[in-house]
Amino acid sequence: MIQNIPLSYFLVISTAMFFIGIYGFLTRRNLITMLMSVELILNSVNINFVAFNKYLFPQHLQGHFFMLIVIAVAASEAAVAIAIIINIYRNFKSIDVENVDEMKF
Amino acid sequence: MMDYTYTLFIPLVPLFVFLILGLLGHKMPPIVAGLIGTLGLGLSAVLSYFTAMNYFWTSHVPETAYTSIKGFEVPWLHLTEKLTIHLGVLIDPISVMMLVVITTVSLMVHIYSIGYMKGDPGFYRFFSFLSLFSFSMLGLVLATNIFQMYIFWELVGVSSFLLIGFYYEKPSAVAASKKAFIVTRFADLGFLIGILMLSFNTGTFDFQTLTNPHGPAIAQAGGVAFMGMSVLTWSLIFIFVGGAGKSAMFPFHIWLPDAMEGPTPVSALIHAATMVVAGVYLVARLFPVFALGAPDALHVVAWIGGFSSIFAAVIACTQTDIKRVLAFSTMSQIGYMMLALGVSGYGGEEGLGFMASNFHLFTHAMFKALLFLGAGAVIHAVHSNEMGDMGNLRKYLPITHITFLIACLTIAGIPPFSGFFSKDEILAAAFKDNKMLFAIEYIVAGLTAFYMFRLYYGIFWGKKTHYHHTPHEAPKVMTIPLLILAFGSVFAGFLPFHNLVTSDGKGFESHIDWMIAIPSILIGVLGIAIATVMYKSETAIPDKMAQSFKHLYKWALRKFYMDEVYLFVTRKIIFRYISMPIAWFDRHIVDGTMNGIAGITQYAAYSIKGLQSGKLQQYAFVFVSGTVILVLIFVYLV
Repeated sequence: MIQNIPLSYFLVISTAMFFIGIYGFLTRRNLITMLMSVELILNSVNINFVAFNKYLFPQHLQGHFFMLIVIAVAASEAAVAIAIIINIYRNFKSIDVENVDEMKF
Repeated sequence: MMDYTYTLFIPLVPLFVFLILGLLGHKMPPIVAGLIGTLGLGLSAVLSYFTAMNYFWTSHVPETAYTSIKGFEVPWLHLTEKLTIHLGVLIDPISVMMLVVITTVSLMVHIYSIGYMKGDPGFYRFFSFLSLFSFSMLGLVLATNIFQMYIFWELVGVSSFLLIGFYYEKPSAVAASKKAFIVTRFADLGFLIGILMLSFNTGTFDFQTLTNPHGPAIAQAGGVAFMGMSVLTWSLIFIFVGGAGKSAMFPFHIWLPDAMEGPTPVSALIHAATMVVAGVYLVARLFPVFALGAPDALHVVAWIGGFSSIFAAVIACTQTDIKRVLAFSTMSQIGYMMLALGVSGYGGEEGLGFMASNFHLFTHAMFKALLFLGAGAVIHAVHSNEMGDMGNLRKYLPITHITFLIACLTIAGIPPFSGFFSKDEILAAAFKDNKMLFAIEYIVAGLTAFYMFRLYYGIFWGKKTHYHHTPHEAPKVMTIPLLILAFGSVFAGFLPFHNLVTSDGKGFESHIDWMIAIPSILIGVLGIAIATVMYKSETAIPDKMAQSFKHLYKWALRKFYMDEVYLFVTRKIIFRYISMPIAWFDRHIVDGTMNGIAGITQYAAYSIKGLQSGKLQQYAFVFVSGTVILVLIFVYLV
């Protein structure tokens, strides 16, 4: 069944997800939303990995494995990021990224 | 052959005392500090006398030459196979003689200081410095090699600095100590250059190897020539520059009169009897090298000595500060010793000058220490250094008066006092070698008698009888050293120096040459007679004399403007034409470069610091745009 869907479809959707993620990261002011955008970016990359693996090198499995690693990394990264966000909230009573600009010249 | 290892303790005891007094002295009652210092030095003195007895008489086989013996030696600094610096103890006639001189005078000064410095808040400090000085000076004379000598040479310089500036709350004392240190340090640069040249060319620091008349050192270095003189000559002249600085020879003498700012016992010990003769000792120590390898350098020594002696004698005739008169007299007498070394030859009868120089060093230490300590007793009584504030003191200070008179007769060369014998030997040696130098020394002998008796009459006779409070004789602790030194001044002349301290260690027959002795007695008596006429009671003659030799008198009174010459050379020439351009270069070019680099960095930082705004999304935007642009470039342009 999957053979009926061309590779380019996957690439289009992953590109769309990627740029939606970038857009969200640059425009949202809420840190949680920004974190979700980052997840979007990561997942778009995962789609790419799996799609290329399936279409171009069906006999290999590296793409799948790499996707699993990315998911694992993304999970830990989310944990760390949320810990940071909680700390920021405790210090600033807000999770608006505009307020967190102490680290400057 | 005796074992002389115990001589190591002669310098080490004062060092130990210095450490005790320096670290714990402030917790002791002053008298305890004084006694510890004196007893320590007394122990050194006893050991020195024992060494002298041993070396010269007990363990010496009669009719043989005195050899130099290394009592003790350890390698101290091992740099390479060839370059190793040793520390040790060298026993030979001159070092043993110096041991006796230093410990005797130092012991007398220690005893005297217990009375003189009584009540001074720095009492323990004074004694610890005296011990430091004694240690350094003893280490200097016992040095086995020229590098060890240099180390102790600098140590005596430092202790001299500390003692001149003892009254550090007095600005003049501070200035004098700085002056002494800088001038001698400057001369020591010459000494260091000389050491380096000498040891580079001979391959050794060791005195025994260097001064061996048949050794390779003298022969080796004589060959290489530079500007008409051999390298050996040059290096010895440089070494002599160092000696001239310590011994206050012209033109490095300017520090000595100012050094009289220190306490009077210090002047007696350091600036009359011991440290200032270190230069003479240095030349005497290297004498075989001078005499056999570089006679030209020896001529330099002779002429500098001769000139210094007459130069200082003329100045001494006009000074009114009693310690300064004595300071110039010291310079003049050291000139004598230098000259005697300069006119001497090596070996046997030829070495008469060498013997005479050391003889005079010995007797001079006795009578000059006596003069200074006597002057100290006078200052103690009248609280002034100026001759104008004194007069008619013979009634109040009988012991000081008698001992001072003995010292004056000794320095004037009146028989049978010791100065007569040593001075006569010097004149005889000069007469044999160089008539011109003999003539100078002959005149100086007369001048010496004149200015010493001018001083004597000015203090003990003359006009003044009224004092604010009656002067009183010094306490016993001060007069006993005077009596002991007076005894030394009277009888030191009968020591058979020509059998003990000679250039090659062998004794020779020496007798008084009456052809020279009688004229020299006559000129001494003449000097005394003139001084008696002019100064015994207040007359108008001195003023008239000063009037008729107006310019000479004024020049001599102002010490021939040597201080002004130094100031002119340093301030107007060196500071203005060398130091100031260098300072400008340093301040503007060197500092400017560094400041410029810092300034540019800072300016750049200010202009770009806005980029670090702290806005996370701004960073992300810049990062993404950068990536996009790079991707576009790589895709479409490359």
